[in-house]
Amino acid sequence: MPKLLPLIEDAIKKPIWGCQMCGQCVLHSTGMVCPMTCPKTLRNGPCGGVRENGNCEVKPEMQCIWVKAFERKDKLPLPNSWRAHYNDLRPPVDMQLKGTSSWLNFLTKRDQKRPAGWPILAEKSGK
Amino acid sequence: MMSRVSEILENSKERLFTVEFPEIDSGGMERIAKHVDRIGPWFDAANSTDNTAAHAHASNTAVAIAIKIYGIEPILQIVCRDKNRLAIQSDLMGAALHGIENVVMLTGDDVSAGDEPEARRVFDLDGPQAVVVANVLATGQYLSGRKINPAPNFYIGAVENPAAPPVDYRIQRALKKHRAGARFLQLQICYHPDRLENFCRGVAELAPKLHIIPSVVLVKNEKSLNFMNDKVPGIDIPQSTIEGVKNSADPGESAYQLVLQQSKHALSLPGVRGLHVIDFRRDNSLERLMRELGRTPKL
Repeated sequence: MPKLLPLIEDAIKKPIWGCQMCGQCVLHSTGMVCPMTCPKTLRNGPCGGVRENGNCEVKPEMQCIWVKAFERKDKLPLPNSWRAHYNDLRPPVDMQLKGTSSWLNFLTKRDQKRPAGWPILAEKSGK
Repeated sequence: MMSRVSEILENSKERLFTVEFPEIDSGGMERIAKHVDRIGPWFDAANSTDNTAAHAHASNTAVAIAIKIYGIEPILQIVCRDKNRLAIQSDLMGAALHGIENVVMLTGDDVSAGDEPEARRVFDLDGPQAVVVANVLATGQYLSGRKINPAPNFYIGAVENPAAPPVDYRIQRALKKHRAGARFLQLQICYHPDRLENFCRGVAELAPKLHIIPSVVLVKNEKSLNFMNDKVPGIDIPQSTIEGVKNSADPGESAYQLVLQQSKHALSLPGVRGLHVIDFRRDNSLERLMRELGRTPKL
């Protein structure tokens, strides 16, 4: 099963969200828009290069995924507990998890592991 | 030892004036000295940029050390485009070794904005995460938890673009960087006074201890404005502003007056503690701007 799981996850999430199999999914907190589809893979909000029409600095024909996330987090019927995490300070991607199943990493809490020096307390949005 | 920048922002009511140090490619320390002579008397500190607009130049850390030698306090910029988390930490520690304390952590333009768009983009960290990492070092450890004794002294800043979409989120994003450990924010150049004002009001209300330093850029004429409007992602200049400069009797003077007006407006806003100046004119207008803003030159 652990070997099949990434394949199943990829097959479901790629067509819908363009999943990049980072193995540490945060879709629920970003208005169901995958931050790994940002050309800069930014997980903490839009960069300063967003164009006046809301499109991406790198791909001018694409809407900035963080502009999309900002709209969708309120539009989609998501639980408020998910919306509350929108401005969380997400930790750097753990590259060791690339290609693994985020579902399994969620269940085993492997996706909660942080570098020893990372201040977990800073992550929560607060007000 | 506290940096002058932190001394001014944290322990005084004075305004902080910073300047973008011109990018350095060659010419040795003489080139540095020449720039220092021109800008040194007017500013409290100078930003040593990190491959601006995704063009390679002499390194951010090397230039910061060089300008420190010539007596200008550096503000070391570090962007996430070209370096992974190891390299960013070593940049910071190398700077600390030379007594550099002011650092500004930013995401950075994409490689596609530069003259080597075929390069690999890194973004192992993003801006807010990079702020955390600088803060982690300042508490006496690497990100891995490995101890650093004694801990380096950093006065940490970040940047924000008050005018780029989603405009309604920019204040929250600034707060996130503040939560990550940023004490001051240098802002992207902004040609929408209303957006700048909303941003500063919001930040001043929600994070009164986060010091805001808006930026202005001295340009020669409307051509430079058009260039920025077309080529610099995240900078939008209303056509009426560009036309105003173009159709005036003296576009050079008009472009200058625009910056003077922007500077005065920015300095009047809540939460604003100073001004960051980028000079593309390289004529006497930098000195003129400083004088007209009430600055007196240091000897």
